[in-house]
Amino acid sequence: MSTDLTTTADQIDEDGLEALIGDRALTRDDHKNAPGFVIRPDEVQSVLFDLRDQAGFDHLSCVTAQQYDDRYESIYHLKTYDDPTREVSVVVPTPVDEPVSQTAEPVFRSADWAERENFDLVGIQYEDHPDMRRILLPETWQGHPLGLDYDQDKPQVVKFAQHANPLEADQHDTESDTMFLNIGPHHPATHGVLHVKAVLDGETVVDVEPDIGYLHRCEEQMCEQGTYRHQIMPYPDRWDYVSAGILNEWAYARAAEDLADLEVPEYAQVIRTMSAELCRIAAHMLALGTFALDVYGDFTAIFQYAFRDREVVQDILEDLTGQRLMFNYFRLGGVVWDLPEPREEFFEKTRDFLDELPAKVAEYDDLLTGNEIFQLRCVGTGILEPEVAKQYGCTGPTARGSGIDVDLRRDDPYGYYEHLEWDVITEDGCDNYSRVLVRMQEVEQSAKIIEQCIDLLEEWPEDEREIQSNVPRTLKPPADTETYKAVEAAKGELGIYIRADGTDKPGRFKIRSPCFHNLSALPEMVEGEYIPDLIASLGSLDIVLGEVDR
Amino acid sequence: MSNEPRQSIYDSTGPVTDTRDARMGEGVDDRFNSKLREAFGSQPFILTKFDQFMNWVRGSSMFMLQFGIACCSIEMIHTYAIKHDLDRFGAGVPRASPRQADVIIVPGTIVSKFGPRMKRVYDQMPEPKFVIGMGSCTISGGPFQEGYNVVKGAEEIIPVDIHVPGCPPRPEALVYGVAKLQERVANGETAPVVVKPYELEQFGDLPRDELVQKLADQIDEDDLVMRYNWADSP
Repeated sequence: MSTDLTTTADQIDEDGLEALIGDRALTRDDHKNAPGFVIRPDEVQSVLFDLRDQAGFDHLSCVTAQQYDDRYESIYHLKTYDDPTREVSVVVPTPVDEPVSQTAEPVFRSADWAERENFDLVGIQYEDHPDMRRILLPETWQGHPLGLDYDQDKPQVVKFAQHANPLEADQHDTESDTMFLNIGPHHPATHGVLHVKAVLDGETVVDVEPDIGYLHRCEEQMCEQGTYRHQIMPYPDRWDYVSAGILNEWAYARAAEDLADLEVPEYAQVIRTMSAELCRIAAHMLALGTFALDVYGDFTAIFQYAFRDREVVQDILEDLTGQRLMFNYFRLGGVVWDLPEPREEFFEKTRDFLDELPAKVAEYDDLLTGNEIFQLRCVGTGILEPEVAKQYGCTGPTARGSGIDVDLRRDDPYGYYEHLEWDVITEDGCDNYSRVLVRMQEVEQSAKIIEQCIDLLEEWPEDEREIQSNVPRTLKPPADTETYKAVEAAKGELGIYIRADGTDKPGRFKIRSPCFHNLSALPEMVEGEYIPDLIASLGSLDIVLGEVDR
Repeated sequence: MSNEPRQSIYDSTGPVTDTRDARMGEGVDDRFNSKLREAFGSQPFILTKFDQFMNWVRGSSMFMLQFGIACCSIEMIHTYAIKHDLDRFGAGVPRASPRQADVIIVPGTIVSKFGPRMKRVYDQMPEPKFVIGMGSCTISGGPFQEGYNVVKGAEEIIPVDIHVPGCPPRPEALVYGVAKLQERVANGETAPVVVKPYELEQFGDLPRDELVQKLADQIDEDDLVMRYNWADSP
């Protein structure tokens, strides 16, 4: 996207979009967050190309699929990297008896995995998609579980022959001298249960394909079965489970509060901001520790130090929320309770942690980023160019490590961030090293935010400490209200799409996971590099499989 | 008085039995797969004590498998790492290969795609092997129990010795679970092997009566099926 295009694009407003799409828009289907245009399934590419090239929408944030009684529907949620508040939704209905829609993959590479997921879970076929296979469920699965006619109690019967073990056959290709190598799903460097199929030529990676779905826990189904008010909130903690729970809770809280027009008291916003940033520190510390472990087997120093610091953060969060890992602290319209009594003790404990943090970060710099072996492994490996990152929908530290200046806390403000002093960190190296640097500096910025929040909370008048607004006991947003809202989670843009169907449970609950899209860029980063760099790149993406698979 | 011992002594087996029982100690049962015990019974004094010694050794020096699945694995890492330091209990060095491990902690939700892989990892561990199920998901599927893709407990696939409840359990709870397992191992106990729904229906294992033979002949190996029938699970 050249800059002059983007400046003209800024002037395109809703009327401009209407004119741009023209006759191709059958009707309007506006969502709460963005104007929505309904188009025919065979015009997906032409509309998306126009929106990308002429209106500047360079970020395909999410592709939602759902089934109604009379139709299937794919929704393309588009944004721009420069200004994420500029949004547009492209709605593509397809008939129930023949759910075939044109693929958006030639326009946005991020549609590749997103559409595969929609095919897998909902059952929409995307025409001309390069690789229309299941992505989360086993290849042999029968039925599409989020479709309306799916019967969960029907046993899945799979022929033995279909369970061929990939390790048994001779994978050595004598013709071309390449070797097939399975990495995972049980492997210390895959950060969980990721399976990477790699083809090697000597030590060089020729082809790599991440195989996910080993932790697909039906999070969307679970959320669709829960009531808005209380039953959904525990689940976000378990998406990105490396102590980043509160950041995820905020994603759900933000989407649901937008859907039901709930206000959040200012005092609660400050507490939310503080606790979310504590979570971000804990999450980035884990990323740092495991990355050191991956790259040069540092189990004794960095890894243990990072966990020492995480313990301190977890102690503070436990004082606040009552839990070490699965906080369940947010409520719609606020937080569940006020700061622990005595407040002075809590402030002192948090301040102690913040005071010690700069010395600890300096120690990490000495041990890790200043380490020659570490630099040899990380500088100039796993290159992810900014244009490629945008194509794959990368967000968060992964995008900022490629020099893309995007951070929803600043660009699409929520919580109390806009009233605080802090900076968005970017690095231009595009390599593994930059991504680590971004995370380390973000820890310092988070500390800065927490400090300001503590100052505010300390001086907050006692009779104005309102922790929750007045929210009805049973929340029933009006039927057919739809919204897509995102927050900046530890790994990037964590978005939630909710469609209300008039009951107290969501009609469709879709999670846009940052790790899912970051991971899809892995082949671009490692093909042609050495296999140890594959491990380093995987570590620097900082994926959490709970969030990739959901 | 003759020199013969009294009738009540040489006619009775009581003293021998009593001595043997005393030597065996408490808590030993024959589920421990000891070939030596099978061959010699419990008579030879040294072997009985050697078995007990081996049990104590097994319990005091456990090699854990480095095995992370989901949320619980974060708390598991915290249990290994600084502050909680599982190494204090002689169980602190995670092994990356199942072939070097005695204990597998199953830390998280198991889904249908991962179930066969986990069984494969478990099968590669050398005997005797022990399993700690960590968290609610390994007990029943936990908060995801109603999911279409979730295996309702690790026990559907592999036998579990110790269940540690919680979502996730605190590191202290996991340490307690490991200590309990060590206690059991030191007493020579293991969990009985359960029947696993994942096992193939291999006709070759059934007693060869005429009917089975007839059925087996009709079956083409390619048509063997593997069932994921989570609906019938508890």
